[in-house]
Amino acid sequence: MLSEIVPSDYALEVRNLSTAFPHDTGKMAVVDDVSLTVRPGETLAVVGESGSGKTMTFLSVLGLVPAPGKIVNGEVLFAGKDLTTLSADQLREHRGAGIAMIFQDPLTALNPVFTIGAQIIEVIRAHRRVSAREARQQAIDLLERVQIPDPTRLIDNYPHQLSGGMRQRTLIAMAIAHNPKLLIADEPTTALDVTVQAQILELLAELRTEFDMGMVLITHDLGLVAKYADRMAVMYAGRVVEYCGINQGFAESRHPYTHSLLRGIPRLDTSPGEALKAIEGQPPNMATLPSGCAFRPRCFLGSERADCAEGRPDLQTTDDAGHFSACYHWRELSQGESD
Amino acid sequence: MPNGDSTRGGADVLLRMENVSKTFSKSVGLFNRQDGMVKAVDDVTFALYRGETLGLVGETGSGKSTLGRLALRLLAPDSGRIEIDGVDTTNLSRRRVRSLRRKAQMVFQDPYGSLDPRKKVFSIVAEPMIVHGLWDKDGKQRVAEIVSKVGLQPEHLDRYPHEFSGGQRQRIGIARAMALNPELLILDEPVSALDVSIQAQIINLLRELQQRETLTFLFIAHDLAVVRHVSDRVAVMYLGRIVEIGSRDDLFENPRHPYTVSLLSAVPVPDPELERKRTRILLHGEIGSATELPVGCRFHPRCYKARLMAVRTETVADKDGVSLPRVCVEDSPKLQGETEHQAACHFPETDSVYSEVAVKGE
Repeated sequence: MLSEIVPSDYALEVRNLSTAFPHDTGKMAVVDDVSLTVRPGETLAVVGESGSGKTMTFLSVLGLVPAPGKIVNGEVLFAGKDLTTLSADQLREHRGAGIAMIFQDPLTALNPVFTIGAQIIEVIRAHRRVSAREARQQAIDLLERVQIPDPTRLIDNYPHQLSGGMRQRTLIAMAIAHNPKLLIADEPTTALDVTVQAQILELLAELRTEFDMGMVLITHDLGLVAKYADRMAVMYAGRVVEYCGINQGFAESRHPYTHSLLRGIPRLDTSPGEALKAIEGQPPNMATLPSGCAFRPRCFLGSERADCAEGRPDLQTTDDAGHFSACYHWRELSQGESD
Repeated sequence: MPNGDSTRGGADVLLRMENVSKTFSKSVGLFNRQDGMVKAVDDVTFALYRGETLGLVGETGSGKSTLGRLALRLLAPDSGRIEIDGVDTTNLSRRRVRSLRRKAQMVFQDPYGSLDPRKKVFSIVAEPMIVHGLWDKDGKQRVAEIVSKVGLQPEHLDRYPHEFSGGQRQRIGIARAMALNPELLILDEPVSALDVSIQAQIINLLRELQQRETLTFLFIAHDLAVVRHVSDRVAVMYLGRIVEIGSRDDLFENPRHPYTVSLLSAVPVPDPELERKRTRILLHGEIGSATELPVGCRFHPRCYKARLMAVRTETVADKDGVSLPRVCVEDSPKLQGETEHQAACHFPETDSVYSEVAVKGE
């Protein structure tokens, strides 16, 4: 769909990416024909529930799909190369240096038996030939940049001596050590308290601007998307079902799933106490997807339509403003009510 | 959940806590050296009225879950008095505590961890009835009724917990809590482990159950939007203390405590236009440790208001290079205010200040 655009405009371009795991019934696609782009200096939010394929998409981008899963189709264009064609060693060059990723739980991502300084220095020296002394100074500079107070002292602390927020800042310091072109943040604040969440996301937004990084924010929190993202890709059952600028997505979503998500969450800016418009049914099971559209059994537009049951709708453009939807009937979505 | 005017007579209090404290000793290192005491709950007083939902919010380490466990006597308080339906539960015998459990039950965050994986749904729901000697010839029928009330199908009775999705497991957890026909449910983060599309189902279910069965809820959660949605009244905890309590609308529209103000300002709303216009108050640092509580107001190391007030007050103390009002550093504030809406702050906010961070939608 986006192939006519020159790849060099993007920090990342993913084309028709599919990743599958072997399964009793053959192959199970956990990432199914995903295409998306991230420009330098912008944040793309990837929204979805557990099992929607949002994390797996970016593990695929990084070449980190856990065995026996593997990429079965598509291209991942980064810095003029298709990452899916690179060897493990070549990929390692990009990971950490060109592309960095931070995860939800900073405690498990850090090694408990080394000081945070040792771990940051290891990252620095993995891609840069510097003396131990220089590396330590660079580590202190990085800690300062992620606003860790008193970095010359804290650099010798172990992860357990730091609070959750400080640990996440440490991981961010490691992530930006080599001025990456792309930063993938996978639920970076889900394990943190709300006041700390705000601090961390403000920091990430500053760094993104400072380094002109492309940023991917993987999250289930629509409030964070509204606040910190420029564009959004909504995923359901391994596919991108809606892809657009955030103002478009929130003001006039063009997929019933996004539409329902926005109306089914309690929020601070609507009147409380009314029954929520819940999405019926259970999240999809990738091994037993229904025929046609995967969202069909839970769709308020009706699950019995013949076209929805027949073919799985592709992500298609709905206008000239870059608003894509994978719903045959998006025109029926009125923006006030969902019934 | 919100049901308009709740009557407020002394007789309508279902749960009352007076000056309740709970301290844990913290063991450190390989040999479990006792090192310091954690004041998880410190001198907490509040009442929960019959039929209402009181939301209890706070960050990790605020003591909100400990408070829930104290209410059910899953933990014994060090001091203070806890009454359920007029009965002092603090000095009850084991047997009396058990009969208390018929009145009050708990629903946990992780429905998988709290359900026995080797038991089928039927046994899980029937077990409390058997344990309490309430099992009779109608037992089977009652289990079937409860299970249908929480939106599960009869064929689910014959399955194991692992065969269910997270949302359905939480329904099983709720069914089990309902088995003894309790009056009070302590809900400890009941939806935080669930997918967003499932949260609404469970919230709606709880609301239906409450209306149908006249239940009273203590709803513990860190998600302010969820708490606002379900609660009649809300209490905000910080490092073991309730720092603000009031009706839902008072607390969310006119918060008095700077901590509540900061919490509300930190929650992004899913509306890009509105969100980009809001002012965000970024707090200093993180919630401290309950082992080393700050002297004076516990919130002062992070408080924006104290820093602002230091400019205007005469008596200023220098704390780690920051000027703060002396009173904030020295005196621990008590909950005060009009009877219904109270905050524990020396310099509580007024309506005008909050308008800076307010979420005014629609």
